[in-house]
Amino acid sequence: MSMDRRDFLKIAGISSILGFGASVASATNLITDKKLLPPQVDRNKEALTAKRWAMVVDMSKFKAEEDFQKTISACHTFHNVPDFRKPDGSVDKKFEVKWIWKAAYERTFPGQENKYMSEHVKDMPFVVLCNHCDNPACVRVCPTKATYKLPDGITMQDMHRCIGCRFCMAACPFGARSFNWVDPRKGLKAELINKEYPTRTKGVVEKCTFCTERLSVGKVPACVEAAPAGALLFGDLEDPNSEVRKIVTEKLTIRRKPELGTGPAVYYLIGGGDHA
Amino acid sequence: MLEKALEGSKKYWAWVLFLGFFALSGTYYYIRQFNEGLGLTGLHRDVSWGLYIGQFTFLVGVAASAVMLVIPYYLHDFKKFGKIVILGEFLAISAVTMCILFIFVDMGQPMRIMNVILHPTPGSVMFWDSVVLSGYLFINLLVGWVTLGSDKKGVPPPKWIKPWIYLSIPWAISIHTVTAFLYSGVPGRHFWLTAVMAARFLASAFAGGPALLILLAMIVRKVSKFDAGKDVIQAVSRIVAYAMFANVFLLGLEFFTAFYSGIPGHQHPFIYLYKGMMGSDGVFHNEIVPLMWTSSIFAALSLIMLWVPKIRQNEGLLSLACVMLFISLWIDKGFGLIIGGFVPNMFEEVNPYWPTRPEAVITAGVWAIGFMVLTFLYKIAITVREQTAGVEIDH
Amino acid sequence: MKIYNKGLVFSGILVFAAIALFPFYFQGGRAAAKPEPKTDTPAIQEYEKLNGKKECVESKEYMRGEHMQVLNQWRDSVVRDYYRGYTSNSNHKRFNMSLQNGCMTCHSNKKKFCDECHNYLSVKPYCWDCHIAPKEEETKS
Repeated sequence: MSMDRRDFLKIAGISSILGFGASVASATNLITDKKLLPPQVDRNKEALTAKRWAMVVDMSKFKAEEDFQKTISACHTFHNVPDFRKPDGSVDKKFEVKWIWKAAYERTFPGQENKYMSEHVKDMPFVVLCNHCDNPACVRVCPTKATYKLPDGITMQDMHRCIGCRFCMAACPFGARSFNWVDPRKGLKAELINKEYPTRTKGVVEKCTFCTERLSVGKVPACVEAAPAGALLFGDLEDPNSEVRKIVTEKLTIRRKPELGTGPAVYYLIGGGDHA
Repeated sequence: MLEKALEGSKKYWAWVLFLGFFALSGTYYYIRQFNEGLGLTGLHRDVSWGLYIGQFTFLVGVAASAVMLVIPYYLHDFKKFGKIVILGEFLAISAVTMCILFIFVDMGQPMRIMNVILHPTPGSVMFWDSVVLSGYLFINLLVGWVTLGSDKKGVPPPKWIKPWIYLSIPWAISIHTVTAFLYSGVPGRHFWLTAVMAARFLASAFAGGPALLILLAMIVRKVSKFDAGKDVIQAVSRIVAYAMFANVFLLGLEFFTAFYSGIPGHQHPFIYLYKGMMGSDGVFHNEIVPLMWTSSIFAALSLIMLWVPKIRQNEGLLSLACVMLFISLWIDKGFGLIIGGFVPNMFEEVNPYWPTRPEAVITAGVWAIGFMVLTFLYKIAITVREQTAGVEIDH
Repeated sequence: MKIYNKGLVFSGILVFAAIALFPFYFQGGRAAAKPEPKTDTPAIQEYEKLNGKKECVESKEYMRGEHMQVLNQWRDSVVRDYYRGYTSNSNHKRFNMSLQNGCMTCHSNKKKFCDECHNYLSVKPYCWDCHIAPKEEETKS
C-alpha cells in the first residue's frame, strides 16, 4: 500500500492523540474504576459536628507573650508548619509559613487607627488566622477546587490537589495563606515532627483548617486548647446555645474587612467578657 | 511547509542558535527551580506573583492584538492588510505559546496540571483562562496554517475556514478580558479592583501588539524580500496611535480616581510605585520608581510621536516610537501591575519584590523559545510569500 | 534491493541495539530477585495473636492490585467529605482511613514491605514527600 507523506503524518498524528487520550482516561480510572469495591464509609462517633463553625477571639485574655507563643506553637507544632530562620535567628520572611500569628492592631484592622493614637495602642497585639469566610474569594478563584467549603462552614485545603498557582493567595483579602517556596522539611527539626500529621511538600499552598483532623476525633482545634482560658472560643453559630452564638448575638464584635462581603467567621470581641 | 523553517542562510541559523543559547540557559535554571522549588525566585508570602505572571499578562495582550489586523481585513474588506494578516496570526501563536510556558514555570506543582481538566471549576476565572488560551492557540494554528497553505498552492482558502476566522475575533477579545478578570475580580486589592482593568488591558494590547508587529514587519523587510508596504505600516501605526491614546487616557483615569477620592488604600500602591514607601524592614523602598517613571515618560513620548503625522510618517522615528511604546507597556503591564497589587500587602506593610537571577534567566529562556517559534513560523510565511509574490489571492 | 548509506544505517542500528539492550546485558542476564514483602511487624503479630489470623483492610489480591486506588478513594473521603471510618467488604471490620495513622500502624516496615515491590517495579510514589514514613524498627522474621 503506498501512501504519501502527508497522509502518513495525518494518520500518525490522530492515532497518537487517540492513544494519549486513552492512556489518560485509563490513568484517571474512567475505565478501570469498575474494579474498585464500593466504599462503606462513615464518620467517627466521637467527632465534633456543627452547622457553622466559628471562632470568637477575646484579646483581653491574652496577657503575656507566653500566651501567644503557646497558642501559635500548639498549632504550628501539631501541623508540622516549618520554621525558617536566617543565620542571625530572625524569621526568614522569604519562606515564612504561618497558619496563626500575632499582628498589631493597625495591621489587623488597617484604616481604623487615627493620628492621635499612641504607638502603644497601634501595636496592641491581635491573633489572626484564616477567617473561614462564608463567601470566600479564595474558594471562588481556585481552578481545581483544591480549596473548598465543607458543609460545616470550614474553608478546607486539599494539599493533594493544589497545583500551586497561588491565585487563592492573590484573592485572600486577609493574607491568611502561605506557600511552600521550598521543601518545608528543610524548616523542620526531625525530633520535633508530629508523626500523626503529614508535612506538606514544596509547591502547595496551606493555611489553617480549623483542625478538621482533631474535630474528627472529638478534640477542639489545637490553638483553642492551648490558648488561655476563654481567649479563643470555638463553637457552632447555628446552635442557639453555643457560647459563640450568644456572644455574637449579644455583645459587640468586629470582624476584619467585613465591607468586602466575604463573611468572615472569626469575631473579635470588643471589651473582653466574663466567660470561661 | 514545515521544512521551509529548516532551510536558511548563515545569519538565520546564527539567530536561531543565539536564541537557543538563551533557551538552554533558561531550561537549566528551570530544572533547578523544579527541583528546589519557587524559592529560587524573588517571590515571597506577600508578593506571590511576580515576573512570570506579569510576562504572561503582557503576552496575552500581544496575542490578542492579531485581531487588530483580522477585523479590518476580514470584516471590513480592507485589502491592504492581506499580506500582513499572517504575520499577526503567527505572532499570536508565538505569544500564546509563551503565555502557556510562563504559567507552567510559575506553577508550584506543574505535574498536577491535569487537575485543571480533571476537576473543572466553572466559577474560577483561571479555569476559563486556560480554556480560552488553549482555544485561541488552536484557532490561530488552524487559521494560520490553512490560509498560508492555500496561498502556497495559489488558491483561495477553503470556505470552512471563514467561521473560524470570525470566531477568532471575539475569542481574541475574550482572552484578554478573562485575563483582566484574574485581577479585577479579586476583592481587597485596591490597585486591581477597578472596572476599567479589562478596558486598560485591551487598549494596551491593541497598542503594544501592533507596535511590535510594525517592528517585526520592518525587520522582515530588511532580511527578506517580503515587504509589507509603507502604506500598510502607516495604517497599522494609526491603529497603534489611537489604542495608545486610549491606554494613556485610562491610566490617567486610574490616577484621578485614586487621588481625587483621597482613599488611602487606593493611593498607596501608586505612591509606592511612583515615589516609594517605608518598608516593614525599616528601609525606604523605591527600587521600582525609576522603572515606573520610565514607563510613563516613554508612554507620553511615544504617544506624541505617533500623533504628529510628520514624525509618524518617518519610518525611523516611527520605529523609535514603537520601541519606546513596547518597553513602556512591558514595564507597566509586565511588572508594575503585579507589584502594585501586592505592595502594600493586606496588612498595609511594604515588603518589596525583585526578581532573582534564576528567575530572570528562566524568563529570558521563555522569551527565547517564543521568538524561536516566531522565527520558524515567519520563515515559513516569508518563504511562501516570496514564492507566490505577484500572485494576488482573493480571500 | 540497493541499500543507500549502508555504513551509516548499520552502525546506527548497532548503536541503537547497544542502548536498547543495555538493561539486559548490564544485569549479566540475572533477573532481579522476586520481591517478598514482609508482613511480620510487631503490630501485625500482635493482631494475629488477638484475632487468630492476619487481616488487612481487604483481601491480599485486592489490596495488591488496587491499593493506590483505595488510597485515592480514602484521600477524597477524608479530606473532602469528612469520613474517617472504612468498613471492610471482606471482614466487616472498621478501619481508620489514614495512611500514616492507619495503614502504617500495621505495616510499619516500609523498607521491607512497601519498598520491596516498589523498588522492583521502579515505582516511586511521592506520597512520602508529605506523609511521614514510620521510623523503621527491627522485626523478628
